[in-house]
Amino acid sequence: MATQTSSKQRLETAAASAPAIELRGINKHFGAVHANRDIDLIVRRGTVHGIVGENGAGKSTLMSILYGFYTADSGQILVNGQPHAITDSRHALALGIGMVHQHFMLVENFSVLENVVLGAEDSPLLGKTLAHARAQLKRLATDYGLEVDPDAIIEDLSVGQQQRVEILKALYRGAEILILDEPTGVLTPAEADHLFRILRTLRDEGKTILLITHKLREIMAITDEVSVMRQGAMVKTLVTAQTSPPELAEAMVGRRVLLRVEKGPAAPGKVMLEVQNLVVTDDFGIPRVKDISFSVRAGEIVGIAGVSGNGQSELLEAISGMRDQLLGTVMLNGEPLSLRGDDGAARARLAGLAHVPEDRQRMGLVTVFQEWENSILGYHHEYGSGLGLDIAKAKAEAKERIAKFDIRPANSDLKTANFSGGNQQKIVLAREMEGNPDVLIVGQPTRGVDIGAIEFIHNQIIKMRDAGKAILLVSVELDEIRSLSDRILVLFDGHIVGEADPATADEGELGLLMAGVTKDGHAPDAGPGTVPAHETLIEKNLTEMSPQDNKDKSGLDE
Amino acid sequence: MMQYFNDLVLIFDSTVRLAVPLILACLAGLYSERSGIVDIGLEGKLLGAAFAAAAMAAVSGSPWLGLLAGIGVALCMSAIHGIASINLKGDQTISGVALNFLAAGLTTFLGQSWFHRGGFTPQLSADQRFNPITLPFAEQLKDVPIIGEIYWELISGHNILTYVAFIAVPVTAFVLFKTRFGLRLRAVGENPKALDTAGMSVSWLRYQALIITAVLVGIGGTYLSIAQSAGFNNNMSAGRGYIALAALIFAKWKPWPALLVCLLFGFLDAMQFRLQGIKFPVIGEVPVQAIQALPYVLTIILLAGFIGRAVAPKASGIPYTKER
Repeated sequence: MATQTSSKQRLETAAASAPAIELRGINKHFGAVHANRDIDLIVRRGTVHGIVGENGAGKSTLMSILYGFYTADSGQILVNGQPHAITDSRHALALGIGMVHQHFMLVENFSVLENVVLGAEDSPLLGKTLAHARAQLKRLATDYGLEVDPDAIIEDLSVGQQQRVEILKALYRGAEILILDEPTGVLTPAEADHLFRILRTLRDEGKTILLITHKLREIMAITDEVSVMRQGAMVKTLVTAQTSPPELAEAMVGRRVLLRVEKGPAAPGKVMLEVQNLVVTDDFGIPRVKDISFSVRAGEIVGIAGVSGNGQSELLEAISGMRDQLLGTVMLNGEPLSLRGDDGAARARLAGLAHVPEDRQRMGLVTVFQEWENSILGYHHEYGSGLGLDIAKAKAEAKERIAKFDIRPANSDLKTANFSGGNQQKIVLAREMEGNPDVLIVGQPTRGVDIGAIEFIHNQIIKMRDAGKAILLVSVELDEIRSLSDRILVLFDGHIVGEADPATADEGELGLLMAGVTKDGHAPDAGPGTVPAHETLIEKNLTEMSPQDNKDKSGLDE
Repeated sequence: MMQYFNDLVLIFDSTVRLAVPLILACLAGLYSERSGIVDIGLEGKLLGAAFAAAAMAAVSGSPWLGLLAGIGVALCMSAIHGIASINLKGDQTISGVALNFLAAGLTTFLGQSWFHRGGFTPQLSADQRFNPITLPFAEQLKDVPIIGEIYWELISGHNILTYVAFIAVPVTAFVLFKTRFGLRLRAVGENPKALDTAGMSVSWLRYQALIITAVLVGIGGTYLSIAQSAGFNNNMSAGRGYIALAALIFAKWKPWPALLVCLLFGFLDAMQFRLQGIKFPVIGEVPVQAIQALPYVLTIILLAGFIGRAVAPKASGIPYTKER
């Protein structure tokens, strides 16, 4: 690609004019926490500037200061060379700064049009405003490839489309500088590609883009410059073309991190978990898992890869006993497991099947409980008998786990909501792993978890394997599946469409499987074509998939 | 045949009369809940406004001053509710229930100590009340069969507050769905953060909604004591604030359905008056109490089984805290 040379040119042109944003000596405290310390930052006009850092490094705080959500304790903000004291979001918007938040700020039962105009209506009556906005959206759609049906209701849209609405909102308000906070965390790979295409177009049209992420691959793919933050401070700013992921990773965590997991060869034993002809339906009665059979042996990790929404959630919920299966058998250690009914999950646990759910906050924890309470959830019958609860024992064991899993802060009395994502995940992992199960089912173990914790969690999972446990890993992060698994099964549209050996499978091959293109000609002419041909094929399949899912759901809602 | 028609018109006529306070309270609740504030204190506001209106009308002799007093009291109670739930981020249900207790106790206490009639306010004369208005041509059309009769009995001959209530419905529908204010109001009840990030004040919008709520429920209370009746008596709101909230849920927080539901409740109320003392086949005479309970029983049945999924504004009842 020609990005490298043009990136250089862009930086040279941008250096000639005043930077779009310049921060000088920004400080921000929250109580005793020094969230931002002496931050200096220069963001050049017409470039994509990445900001990387672990969770809690202060990236979001810094952007919130720029967007007027917080006010800095000290320091100066210059927009286009002029100093401004940005006091609220309205002020930031007036200066041409728009923000796409990690959690979308959309009204879900409003139409796209209503969301776009909200707060930027130009007259007290809506009719004129909406007509004007409709014309504007049409123009933005053609200019930037931001196509969204203006009359669609937000909750019927896919996540990627909702994000486009957020970008449209900012552009409609005349944003010249666009801040995106972890924009790809919720997107499928195809949606992320689409987003990057949009961002490139925006940049080529002269907009300045600030991209906050902790995914190094994205930084390398799209940014011109990248700034690294660590523990509230700005470590360094680098020209992307002149750096590498290991260098960035080291700057982020301050020590060298293993990007590839180190693990020995697997020594699979007997079959511990066997799933036969499993069929699972979702809440609307639509089959999501369609006649799946596979097995997991002791001492191996089987990874289920796939684009999110292809039946992974239902599969996890069915095997762990949270959702009734329609048909099929789940065998644990050679015995059929009875999972039906409300206490299916409890029976699964008793039988030696532990489950780390994919959504820790919704299914894995009661976030208003203290850490020690969460640390015994589901195993509480082991602490005391009858109505009694042996709190002292529970707390003592919670403390042991905190030490063993390096959970921070090391305080078992703290409300779980006050732990960071990575530490919450460690609480769940510690609970499920310390129950000494035969089979461990793990869903999205590192979603929203920072690099340091990812490494720890991966190592713990490998340790479990080496201790002879059977592990079923479901993740939408292909890198994670590839580096942890001993065997990869690819899930597409509720079917297992292929099995791959992580040692030999390449990303292109897996990508095709994930898009539902199988070797026996599921899609026409999937033979050894050129790489770009593969890419378009994948994208086509993926983009067709996600709105379809939504349609199914909304159809049933009526 | 004609007899049945006349009966029907009369029942519908009283349906309208009985529905008015419900419509006003229901629309009041609509504004507040759409903005994200649960207002269980509607009942207390109705009662407080009814008392203030009757007391003021009795003392000053003017129903208009009575109306002002009614609205004024509702505004004060809304202000308390607003401070508790918007600024202090307290529990909205508790604040509302407290206002209900306050209104029930205070109206009786003040009524007794000011007027010494066991909590009643003095009987109001015709010129101290809102009286029926005869619409143009009603007199002339009175004898035209059917249409003239409907116009004379059903449409004409209500007091001004009744017409206000019915006009408030299309006005509310327009405000809610066709204006900038309505868009923001709906948004603040669904996702206040969306407004906050767009640079608007969530608190101010919610206060605006509470002001409209107070005006509407103030008119409703005034209607109870100085339009429908000729004075205040103890606990005269009789659960109408709660029924209005039930109607609001039944109507799924939309103005036109709210009107229909309130008319339905009004109709049940009207029927219960008509059914008293009537002998039914097989059962014979049904005790008055059982018939009087009918609207309330039906409220429970409708709410429990017939509305399907009613999704409240998402942020309803949740105080908004800016993270900063």
